[in-house]
Amino acid sequence: MFPEIIDTRPWRRAIDDSLNWVVRNWGDEFEAAAYPLLMLLNFIEDVLIATPWWLIMAILVGIAWLATRRWQLPVIVLVSLLFLGIMELWEDAMTTMALMIAATITAIIFSIPLGVWMSRSARVRQVVTPLLDLMQTMPSFVYLIPTVMIFGPGKIPALIATIVYAAPPLVRLTDLGLRSVDPAVMEASRAFGTTPSQRLFGVQIPLSLPTILAGVNQTTMMALAMVVIASMIGAGGLGYQVLQGIGRLEVSRGLFAGLGIVVLAIVFDRITQSFGKQLQAKIGLAETR
Amino acid sequence: MNEIKLDTDLAIRMRGVTKIFGDDPQSALELLRAGKTKTEVQAETNHVVGLDNVSLDIARGQIFVVMGLSGSGKSTLIRHVNRLIEPTAGEIIVDGTDVLKMSLEELRAYRRNSVAMVFQKFGLLPHRSVIDNVAYGLEVRGVPRAERLEKAAKWIDTVGLSGYEQSRPRQLSGGQQQRVGLARALALDTDIILMDEAFSALDPLIRSGMQDQLIELQKTLGKTILFITHDFDEALKIADRIAVLKDGAVQQEGKPEDIVLKPANEHIEEFVREVNKARAIHVRTIMERGEFEACEFTVPETARCEDVLPYFAEHQWVGVTNEQGTQIGRVTAKRVIGALARYTPGVNEG
Ligand SMILES: Nc1ncnc2c1ncn2[C@@H]1O[C@H](COP(=O)(O)OP(=O)(O)OP(=O)(O)O)[C@@H](O)[C@H]1O
Ligand SMILES: [Mg+2]
Repeated sequence: MFPEIIDTRPWRRAIDDSLNWVVRNWGDEFEAAAYPLLMLLNFIEDVLIATPWWLIMAILVGIAWLATRRWQLPVIVLVSLLFLGIMELWEDAMTTMALMIAATITAIIFSIPLGVWMSRSARVRQVVTPLLDLMQTMPSFVYLIPTVMIFGPGKIPALIATIVYAAPPLVRLTDLGLRSVDPAVMEASRAFGTTPSQRLFGVQIPLSLPTILAGVNQTTMMALAMVVIASMIGAGGLGYQVLQGIGRLEVSRGLFAGLGIVVLAIVFDRITQSFGKQLQAKIGLAETR
Repeated sequence: MNEIKLDTDLAIRMRGVTKIFGDDPQSALELLRAGKTKTEVQAETNHVVGLDNVSLDIARGQIFVVMGLSGSGKSTLIRHVNRLIEPTAGEIIVDGTDVLKMSLEELRAYRRNSVAMVFQKFGLLPHRSVIDNVAYGLEVRGVPRAERLEKAAKWIDTVGLSGYEQSRPRQLSGGQQQRVGLARALALDTDIILMDEAFSALDPLIRSGMQDQLIELQKTLGKTILFITHDFDEALKIADRIAVLKDGAVQQEGKPEDIVLKPANEHIEEFVREVNKARAIHVRTIMERGEFEACEFTVPETARCEDVLPYFAEHQWVGVTNEQGTQIGRVTAKRVIGALARYTPGVNEG
């Protein structure tokens, strides 16, 4: 046994008490602060559910076509979506998609500026990197419980948990992408008298867009990986079906809903990756890598 | 009075510019000032001496060539002129203004309007078409789109890349990319042009054409050009003055002929050994001045030995004329050969 050096019980009590205090005194404020997130999620979900299934299929197949200009990916997307429809998973899939899209949008809004900031300051990077490690490795239940305590069970903690888990790769890849822009190109731009923001928007971001897009791809994948956990605290959708399947020992229900998640993952993964490749070819990095 | 006049004639003036790369340049600087060499400083402190107490005066309208071996600090030197690198010590005055005292805003205006640069590594923007690359400097300067594209198209034509306007840099060969970089700098029409091995990737034919154009540009528009090259023959062809760098320090600075004919030390002698001396030596330095009978063939006094050599196949001597075209002397084959032999080590020594 490791000898007890100091009594840690007061620390734990302090943490628990302060959380309780926050919940009691600031619960409403937190909820109000997170309200825009809820609005965003509900809006996306409403739109996806209200849109006829064939239109959504047409849009996604069309995007797949735009991303590759070949027939293979659109066919894969079409088959995947038909599978969701035939298995009676369409509505749940839309709910899950809404959660993923809302999480991805929010992650983009926060992560890209943070990534930009990190890329410009070694000190910021020193502080943020361990935080990102923490966000990715800390078991999600650890922060899920306090968020549920603060916001109550429902979609907000589910969305927040998803964002916390899914945002780090985007921050990292934005930072990496911006820093790995060819220094010779940056220097040339500087020599012509550009301002820092002209260099950021005119050179750095366009040249690192493929890397940033790889980050968005990672974020969508990790958001989908969170849906089962998110459904435990009130996000419906495919995750909830999986959960129910497990709970009632209905293997088939869990299996099909699980496959539904896989199918969604395939669709979004392939589409974002193809856009990344297309961009890379356009910028002219494809051949040098 | 004299001092002021000197200053207005100078485009670029560097005084005691020293650059030390590393975390603690000041302590390394003290070692350097105490007389240690670049190698010793590097061994003791792990700091690299980029430039060592460089002072240069570059007159307006000159082509000033900086030569030196790889790693001698040429690129480091040229980057100081537009302050892409901050010196550890020293003073840089361009057109009478202290570059190091400029605020960020002034520095940007200075880079946009007064100095253009051609990079050794090209530094083209890979996501833009050739024409947008060439127009980049003008775009930063705020020139309206139609006007800048027109200027860019003209320069693309001048460097011989018409038809490639919409290509991406990666679709071009190295030499073509270098010409895009050239056009990008020239399109800015600045008084000072910095060229870091700007012709290194060009084939001999295009290279020679570009050298002629550069001389033309300097003659007609009075540009000040700071040019870096490895190639002594190139330097001799275009330079008004040459500085030779070694380990970041200027070894010798002077007219091309002075460097070739009176190398200051062994290092420069080595450099000069392979050089085409017939190109380096001007007719005026070896001619016999005075009245001679008019000759069928004449050359201007600015001609070089290589220009008169062909005439000696048929003639004993060739007339030399001044700017007005009047004959002021002559040069004989014997003199030319004598001059070439005198400055060729191992021949006619002692
Ligand atoms: N950013 C830097 N950090 C550290 N050392 C540097 C840096 N830039 C240049 N140096 C060093 O300064 C010295 C001069 O480099 P520079 O690039 O000026 O050489 P150069 O004469 O242009 O050579 P080349 O002909 O190969 O282009 C070299 O020893 C190099 O290692
Ligand atoms: Mg160099």
